[in-house]
This record gives sequence, C-alpha cells and structure tokens, in this order.
Amino acid sequence: MYAQLVETGAAEASEKDREFQEKIDRGVRIEANDWMPEGYRKTLIRQISQHAHSEIVGQLPEGNWITRAPSLQRKAILLAKVQDEAGHGLYLYCAAETLGISRDEMTAQLLSGKAKYSSIFNYPTLTWADMGAVGWLVDGAAIMNQVPLQRCSYGPYSRAMIRVCKEESFHQRQGFDIMRQLCEGTEEQKAMAQDALNRWWWPSLMMFGPSDKDSVHSEQSMRWGIKQNTNDELRQKFVDQTVPQAEWLGLTVPDPDLKWNEETGGYDFGEPDWSEFFEVIKGNGPCNRDRLAARNKAWDDGAWFRDGLTAHAEKQIQHIAAE
Amino acid sequence: MEPLVTFCLRMGDTTLILGQQTAAWCGHAPVLEEDIAFANMGLDLIGQTQLWYEIAAQTEGKGRTPDDLAFFRTERQFLNAQLVERPNTDFAHALMRQYLFDAWHLPMQEALCDSGHEAIRDLAQKSVKEVRYHIDRSRDLIVRLGDGSDESRAKMQAALDALWPYAADLMATDEVEAALADQGVLPGLDRVRRAFDAETAATLDRATLTIPENGHARTGGRTGIHTETMGYILAEMQSVPRTFPDARW
Amino acid sequence: MSKEWPLWEIFIRGQHGLSHRHVGSLHAPDSEMALKNARDVYTRRNEGVSIWVVESNKIAAFDPDTAEHNFAAPKSKVYRHPTFFEIPDDVGAM
Repeated sequence: MYAQLVETGAAEASEKDREFQEKIDRGVRIEANDWMPEGYRKTLIRQISQHAHSEIVGQLPEGNWITRAPSLQRKAILLAKVQDEAGHGLYLYCAAETLGISRDEMTAQLLSGKAKYSSIFNYPTLTWADMGAVGWLVDGAAIMNQVPLQRCSYGPYSRAMIRVCKEESFHQRQGFDIMRQLCEGTEEQKAMAQDALNRWWWPSLMMFGPSDKDSVHSEQSMRWGIKQNTNDELRQKFVDQTVPQAEWLGLTVPDPDLKWNEETGGYDFGEPDWSEFFEVIKGNGPCNRDRLAARNKAWDDGAWFRDGLTAHAEKQIQHIAAE
Repeated sequence: MEPLVTFCLRMGDTTLILGQQTAAWCGHAPVLEEDIAFANMGLDLIGQTQLWYEIAAQTEGKGRTPDDLAFFRTERQFLNAQLVERPNTDFAHALMRQYLFDAWHLPMQEALCDSGHEAIRDLAQKSVKEVRYHIDRSRDLIVRLGDGSDESRAKMQAALDALWPYAADLMATDEVEAALADQGVLPGLDRVRRAFDAETAATLDRATLTIPENGHARTGGRTGIHTETMGYILAEMQSVPRTFPDARW
Repeated sequence: MSKEWPLWEIFIRGQHGLSHRHVGSLHAPDSEMALKNARDVYTRRNEGVSIWVVESNKIAAFDPDTAEHNFAAPKSKVYRHPTFFEIPDDVGAM
C-alpha cells in the first residue's frame, strides 16, 4: 500500500551513485541486473514486499465473507476479487524476487511478524456492508497510491503495478455497487452502510501514511523515483474524490470538521487519530494476531503439499536420468 | 416435483455446495498459485450453479429465482450428493473430494452434451470445457501427491479412505433419472458409472493409492438426506439473506 | 526438506497471429505445473491462446554494463531505415 516506516540510509555520492541518479532523472527505468545503490535495493525490497504482504493479508478480511455473500452473483464477484488480491501478491513477490530475495524469505519475514503490511487489514469486517466499504474506500485509497507507482523507476515493480492497476479497476466499483444497493434498500440496509462508513473512514485516511512532516523516508524515495506523490497530497485527493460519492449515496462522512474550502478548491478535514495508527503498526490493532495466525496456519498446514510436489518432481527427474 | 426440476436441483445443489466449500480456501491454500487455481474452480462451479438453477426455476414456473433456490431452502430440500458437503478437513480432503467429483462430473457433462433438452445441452457444452480443465488439474495433483513424499501419500490415502464411500452418492439414481432417460433428456447415463470406475482405477493406481475394498457406500443426498456438516454449511451460506428476508443485495 | 519451487518466466500469446510476450513469473515444481499455474494466474481475464514457460535460471542475458558497446553500433546505420531516403511526392506510394 505504501512504504510504512522504511528507513533509507543516506546515499553516498560516489561516481556510480551520481550516474544512477542521472539515469533516474532522465526517466530511464532501472532493470533487475543494472547497478543500483544498496539503499535503493533495500528500500525497494522493503516496499515491494510490504506491498505484497498487504495483498496477501488483505485477502483475509474480505475472504471472511465469501462463504456468506448474500447472492450467488455477489459470491462470485467477491471470490474473483479476493482471488485477484492473491494474484497481485504473487506479481509483487515476483517483482521483489528480481532484487535478490526469495519468496520464502519474504514469507518468513511476514509470518514471524518482522515485516509490516498495510495497517488497514488489521481491522475487522463485521457485516456484509463492510464488503462495500472496503471495496469503495480501501480499494479506492489503494488505487490512489498505486496509480503513480506504475511510473516507479524500477522496471519490474512498475510493470507489476501496471497489471495490478488494470485488474483493480473493478474492485472499487464492485464495492461502491454493494454500497449503492444497500443505500437504495431497506432502512436496516442503509443503517448497515452508514455503520460501515463510520468504521472504515478514518482507517482509510490513515492508509496514506503519516503526514509528510512526520514521514521519515519520503524525500529520498521521491528522489529515487520510487515514490511520486506525498502522503498528504494523495490523502487530499482521496477525500476530494470520495466525499461527493458519499453524498451521492446519502451517507454522512463521520468527520465534524469536514467542509468545502472555496479557496483551495478542496475539502478541509479533521486529523486522524495517529496514536491509533501507530498502535496498529506496532501489532496492537483489533486483528493483528488473528491475521498472522491465519497466515501461519495456511503456511504450516500447506508444507506437506509443497514438499510432496517437490518430491514428485525430483522422482521424475531421477526416472528420466535412470532411463 | 417434476423430474426435470429435481434433476436440475441435484446438479445445481452439488455444484453450489462444492463451490461454497472450495471458495472457503481462498486466502488459506498451501501456496499462492494454488490459492488462485482453486478459486478459479470455485468460480466455475458457482457459475454452473446459476445455470442449473435458472433451468430449474423456469421449469418450475413458480417465480422463484436462482437466489431463492440457493438461500431459502432447508437441508432436507437440498439434493446435492453427500460427497461435496464433506468438510474441509485439510487440503488433501479438498483435493480428493474435487477429484472424485470431477471423475463423475466429466462423463456426466459429456453425456449431457447430447441431451434432448436444449437448455441443458447448452449448459453442458459450455460447462464441459471447464470440467475438462478441472479434472486435468485435480487428476494431476492426485498422482503427484500420491506418488510424492511419504507424508503426502499418507495424507492422500487418508482422504481417499474417508471420502471413497461417498462417491457412490454422485452416481445414485432413482425414478427421476429413469424418467429423464426415457425422455431423452439424460442420455448415456449407464456410461457415467463405467467412466468413473475406469478413470479412478487408472489414476489412483498411478498415484500408488489403494481404493478401500470393504464396499461400504453412503447415499441419500439425492433425496435430501445429508450428513451433519450440511446444516452448518447452509447456516453460514444463508445467514445474511435469511436475516433480512425483504432485502435485495 | 522444504525446498522452494523454482521460478518460471511466463510468455503468453494474446491472440492468434501475435508473438508470445513476457507477462510475469511464478513458482512451480516443474514445467507441467508451471503451465497449469500460468493458465490459472495469468489468463484469468481471457488474456491468452497459448502459453510458454521457461525456468528463470535458464535465461541468458548480457551484462547490463556492456549495453553501451553491445547496442551502440547500429545507431549510426541510419540508412537502414526507410525514412532516410527522400522520395519526391509525385513518385507516388513506395
């Protein structure tokens, strides 16, 4: 989703570093085997793997409702959507692998709790309306983060993001469509939709990361072309886009400070509770433990399957060698 | 109930319950590539369910929709084979369940490609391509994991031992199928059992797995007699529409 | 045991008549599974009519540092391109 708490060492301005920076400034994409500063490589590995982990953990809150989707079509759409998240995780792990880290290593970092993933997925999905709110708000915020990453200076990441963005375009719409159906439905459905917006609004705003003035890594990442916009720019854009949609649905955004600012041509809005954000990052969100437990279980329970297929493939090679 | 409606529900309920069970793996499969592949099968099965329910609803002519059929019938009204409601004990059970289902489903769909009923023929001609891929994949995995590591072989054998008795329910027939066979709706039904036996004998042999020999068979799903897992599956699947019966989603 | 499955590069022919293009990669225990996984991962939206898979470590490539001398020479052969030659308008299409 975004580079959470990535630290980047100050780049040493060697001759190679300067050439590298010139290449970036000229808009030349960096490819897997090209020379790159260690800091660039590390930052990318961390950012891409965090992004991949977010997709994988992100399967869980929505996957929670696949078996309870209220119509056959909604069930199919949600299954296809959550499946896409698995695909996106896969593309991103592959992009990170070009930088010299294996998927198993990255998985181990996730499972041990060492690696971060987007804090939003540590919130629970409590009603069917949450499928609407997550698609509309969380995917809406994610795509805002992801669209600029298609122009990222690292070729494999940029290409993975092009594929991801192309596939994601239906995700936000299906979420809005769920909300719309609820808002046009019974009183109970409308209340369900409003409740979901109330719970997901602030966590969605926090997806863009802390304010730029508190963000430790923005500057170097922007210079390297890994990051294109500041957290605050993207957050503002998200609010400006989403508030009219909420109004269209007849829902109230749960922010008393929200108001149109004629001068800036955008909305003024309240400050998210950043102490909550940092607690969730630290592992104290409502679902951190459950999410990691679910991923650990899937991995541990699947070991026999992965090893069994490896054993079969090795037997086949031996058969061929023996013939 | 008209035999045609009963038959469509037997087919659609079976694909729905298997689709539901398959979909539950999304996010929990042993490896990402398999997560995606399993979801593809779930999507095909849910899509096929919709087609079966459409024919059932139209033939019945009582104004019920496919969603009504899925979400507002009770356990005793569901006519799926018991095999597909067996639990997601582990991924070996899920794979074996899928394979045994595919070994019946493919010859069944192939037979239906010659059905005298136009809508069923269309359904089969679309579905049979999906089902061919399903069995390519599930057969391959059964062979690889059976003839894999000691552990994978033991897991697959345990799953086969647990599920084999339920395979008979896929092929259980009564006067409903007999009537439809007479009408030409359901041609070549006798070939399905033989195809299933040939397919499973050859594949399980390649997989170095042993078919349980005690001949024990569980049936009843086709007349609405289920195992204890079924109530939980429906309780979960139907919870939202039943809580808000007037709502549209 | 727990050995990671090797990485495979996936090439897909989008439509009949086009060449295969690299679309991404994935893990699989062997080429047959790689093909099946590629079908499931990379053609979910009807993207292909044919798939090739190649184990990633079987691909050979030039060292990027040699790019300058590997690919420099043709830059001066501008006469290999049709736009080099001026054809008077009244000659007609050529």
